[in-house]
Amino acid sequence: MSGPALLRHSKDSMPAPAVAEAGPAPAVIPPPTTPSSFGTLALRWYRLNRAGLRATAIGITSLLAFLLVWHLLTTYRVVFFVRFTNVPSPLAVYASFTKAIHDPKFLMHIVLSCRRIFIGFSLAAIVGVPLGLIMGRFKLVHEVIFPVAEVLRPIPAIAWVPMAIMLWPTNEQSIVYITFLGSFFPVLVNTLHGMSLVDPVLVRAAQCLGARERSIFREVYFPASLPHIFTGLTVGMGVAWVSLIAAEMISGQYGIGYFTWEAYSLVQYADIALGMIAIGVLGLGSSLLIRGAGQLVMPWRST
Amino acid sequence: MSEVLASPPKGHIEVKNFSLAYETIEGAVQAVTDTQIHVKPGEFVSIVGPSGCGKSTLLNAVAGFLKPTTGIVTVDGERVNGPSAERGMVFQQYSLFPWKTVRENVEFGLKMRGMPRSQRERAARTLLGLAGLEAFEKHYPEKLSGGMKQRVGIVRALATGPKVLLLDEPFGALDAQTRVIMQQILTNMWQRLKISVLFVTHDIDEAIFLSDRVYCMTARPGSIKAEIPIPLERPRQQSMMMSSEFLALRRGLMSLIREESLKAMGGEINDMGMQGLSIELHGHSLADVI
Repeated sequence: MSGPALLRHSKDSMPAPAVAEAGPAPAVIPPPTTPSSFGTLALRWYRLNRAGLRATAIGITSLLAFLLVWHLLTTYRVVFFVRFTNVPSPLAVYASFTKAIHDPKFLMHIVLSCRRIFIGFSLAAIVGVPLGLIMGRFKLVHEVIFPVAEVLRPIPAIAWVPMAIMLWPTNEQSIVYITFLGSFFPVLVNTLHGMSLVDPVLVRAAQCLGARERSIFREVYFPASLPHIFTGLTVGMGVAWVSLIAAEMISGQYGIGYFTWEAYSLVQYADIALGMIAIGVLGLGSSLLIRGAGQLVMPWRST
Repeated sequence: MSEVLASPPKGHIEVKNFSLAYETIEGAVQAVTDTQIHVKPGEFVSIVGPSGCGKSTLLNAVAGFLKPTTGIVTVDGERVNGPSAERGMVFQQYSLFPWKTVRENVEFGLKMRGMPRSQRERAARTLLGLAGLEAFEKHYPEKLSGGMKQRVGIVRALATGPKVLLLDEPFGALDAQTRVIMQQILTNMWQRLKISVLFVTHDIDEAIFLSDRVYCMTARPGSIKAEIPIPLERPRQQSMMMSSEFLALRRGLMSLIREESLKAMGGEINDMGMQGLSIELHGHSLADVI
């Protein structure tokens, strides 16, 4: 019953779009006889990258809108549940940024924070990844270490601050220790997870190609776990920054977290926002680094 | 090429008084009982049977992944104690290493044997050439079609020059056209290498087309129901599948398997009969009945 109606409808409407298309089409699409003029290439490039361009454009607009809202809220000192009376404006923050990049002290804060992240995170990766691999392969090691790890894991790194100060002789060491702890557990847990998901058929395939225990570990278990290891490293890097900033605010003398806290004590409101933005940019940069390293190490995963 | 591929025709598989049981909480579950099979050097033998009959279990025991509960598995008189490169295996899920390129996959067995890099690269290229895959040596497996993946799987298993090749439903995941081509490729390689092959499948046509001999297994607990020699002459062509000889073999095997499949599916279907099912559906769509 509805069949013929539908059919007639489509037949009727078919010429309409065809006519509509016939008009503009020759104007937009150049004839195929001139294939590689700059215009066609640009057009083709645009068509292939349309989705990416769109995302970039929207992203930039959204950032600009954020700045604009921030600017309006602070210039009109809006008080609506939240008080923007003392919040620095984007322009004020920019001014303090231009001043800070010439200030060796500010740069030293940043360098010190980066160094702490580098040492703490590297230690977490150096200890966490092999430990996870070994725990995933040898049941006894898993059975011994896993319960302890599960009890320690939920303790936030900030709660370790007093203990860390007692454990380590210098302030610097305790801050690095807290950064290490923050990233250690995500790295360990994800590596373990990766090991548990290794396809047993691949292990069997390696075995009947003559691989022994050590080769299977190196050629199958390790590469198979790499995607999860890198997930762990990315998450671990995020938590490392969280832990570092908390530790610096509480017990530090230098570092970008300390800088931010000090700005509050010294009533340098623009510097508070500058510190926060610096932390955000550094965190973003470090996770981009890890993602890049992941693509280098796992070429089979890149499209 | 000759250094990799030329091996004297050997690889005599012998499975005697074989049974295998799994331990469960309710007690031992018999997967395979009282089974004897053998593959003569250079012979192509298939095992067919209803799903779950233990044909893969049997193959995995020959590969060395499973230990028989009773009985013994030997290859050239040597007892099988665990997996080894002497028994190459091809899996249904291809099981190529995704982090290795096609060539690195093929090289894997040679690398494990400690062959120097340049030498194993050359060997892998030769083998890939035989399988028509040299253009893809640098690709990662993910980029290949199913048929190509399985060609790599077969070449990888053959690279170490094993005495026997074990295949566990290797073409089960491929479409019909690809499957036929793969059967042809496998036959060619087998004839060239004169290697013994033990091939597990549930596809009767495939088993007849490829094999010198077919073992038909019973429903679980699996044992050998029949041993059928396939006297079709070689080289075999696609067109043979229409010959009366082929069809007669097919009919025979089909009825053997059908009996066992019905047994495996349980009593209800037997009681009700297949007609019962079709009558209920007659004139209605499946959705209406449900």
